[in-house]
Amino acid sequence: MAEVKTVATRVGFGETLVELGNERDDFIVMDADLAAATQTGKFKKAFPERFYNCGIAEQNMVSIAAGIAATGKKVVVSSFAMFAAGRAFEQVRNSVGYPHLNVIIGATHAGISVGEDGATHQCNEDIAIMRTIPGMTIINPADDTEARLAVRAAFECDGPVYMRFGRLAVPVVFDETYKFQIGKGVELREGSDVTIIATGLMVKEALEAYELLKAEGINARIINMATIKPIDRDIIIKAAKETGAIVTAEEHSVIGGLGSAVSEVVCETVPVPVVKLGVYDQFGHSGPAVKLLDEFGLRAINIVEKAKEAIALKK
Amino acid sequence: MEATFKTQLEKIACKVRIGIIEGVHAAKAGHPGGSLSIAEILTYLYFKEMNIDPKNPKDPKRDRFVLSKGHAAPALYATLAERGYFSPDELLTLRQIGSRLQGHPDMKNIPGVDMSTGSLGQGISTAVGMALSSKHFGDNYNVYTILGDGEIEEGQVWEAAMFASNKKLSNLTAFIDLNNLQIDGTIDEVNSAKPVDKKFEAFGWHVITINGHDYDAIEAALAEAKTVDKPVAIIAETTKGKGVSYMENAVNWHGAAPNDELYAVAMEELNAALAAFN
Repeated sequence: MAEVKTVATRVGFGETLVELGNERDDFIVMDADLAAATQTGKFKKAFPERFYNCGIAEQNMVSIAAGIAATGKKVVVSSFAMFAAGRAFEQVRNSVGYPHLNVIIGATHAGISVGEDGATHQCNEDIAIMRTIPGMTIINPADDTEARLAVRAAFECDGPVYMRFGRLAVPVVFDETYKFQIGKGVELREGSDVTIIATGLMVKEALEAYELLKAEGINARIINMATIKPIDRDIIIKAAKETGAIVTAEEHSVIGGLGSAVSEVVCETVPVPVVKLGVYDQFGHSGPAVKLLDEFGLRAINIVEKAKEAIALKK
Repeated sequence: MEATFKTQLEKIACKVRIGIIEGVHAAKAGHPGGSLSIAEILTYLYFKEMNIDPKNPKDPKRDRFVLSKGHAAPALYATLAERGYFSPDELLTLRQIGSRLQGHPDMKNIPGVDMSTGSLGQGISTAVGMALSSKHFGDNYNVYTILGDGEIEEGQVWEAAMFASNKKLSNLTAFIDLNNLQIDGTIDEVNSAKPVDKKFEAFGWHVITINGHDYDAIEAALAEAKTVDKPVAIIAETTKGKGVSYMENAVNWHGAAPNDELYAVAMEELNAALAAFN
């Protein structure tokens, strides 16, 4: 078996900014003293005159970006998810969201897989809080391929876009034929017994879970939901109708994230069991990312358990 | 400044004040005190200083204005109406359901409003972003903003101040409306940011202190601002509630509307002030 390439989604973010920088000069990139980590440093190196470092002042950075966007220009701001979505929430809401400005927020180091930095930097709440802002688009790419396509798509988007990237190198799931569209979930495997809707690095786990379930005679449908908002209602409703049970899988709190977004659609349309896999209302802690994913139950075997729970709940 | 032009500006500021009181009275809510204190600054900016055209409010090369102290929206709206962005009649719809004139400025719907503001401390950062955009893309317009002296207690203001001087945003001018009052009392009682001038100087700004109701001083300060290679802070010493006797220096008129009786008093005073110029 050929070795699977692994790369962090933040790398695709940084490298795609450089590609876009070569193609167009109508945008500015900003960071808050984390350019090396977020990968905007690649853009800084290629286009030093088009990169502005705000220093460690994320709230100011987000409002500055709003001002730039208000003059009709594109702007990308980047920091860790904890600070971009968390610390600067109200700036994102009032300076960017309320006037519906074209600001792309590249939030890296999201989720528990930040690893050794521990709880203060492991943001499991960003999707939840960003989702409450009217008009916000939220994209959580599953792998390097999708990350690159999503960055390009964000540049064509009207209004603010929150993009969630990871620190950890994760397997590349999609090849060059993969098509990405904002607001569209993608059915990766057909199945009729249960649907597993996954996002981010949990998509690869969901694909593994598919094989494990198949070995036990369970046919799971696998959906990659990269866009959390606007959520693809049609693919969720279809899955609820056709499979009668849903599992959501995300490297994020089960409060307010993908699981909540899917539940909201299912409850109001085709009420079927939705079992959520994610971080269960707790803070993370330090440790190697891969061990934390095991410890916090964000693996294929955990999805398998949840799939069986969901099937058992079917009437 | 030529006397007849100054008289013209004085009359406009009277009309702006009338618009503020009419709007707030009709709304039965709003912030008259800190609106009245900036009438001269707004009048000078919109009738003399800024390169703007009410017929082309989205001109990409226009000068920009950000009302960082967004609660002074009645003053901005009255100035925009007087300048011809929309009818002064619309001021009576302030804060009503269906009105464009939201409690705080809304750039999406109100002609002439360059930035949505209201959450204190964010406006100056957006003005910094505009000034950066102007320089970066070679558009060469100027950006103006007005902050409150209570507002500058927000830490974000100083993040913005640090960035603006580091990036040498000489096309940015920030007025600080130093009227000495905020909602909960005098700024000294609450949590004073004084000395304001020294703080902005320490953050690398060129600082000019003026009487914010004096057109000659406003004109001179803005002329001086164009000669320096730094962002400029104009500390404008003002009277909160200026022009309405019972609102002057009275903290309780920060965010309250006059009843019909007090509205009549205010209108009588402001109309008398206007008539004095005729």
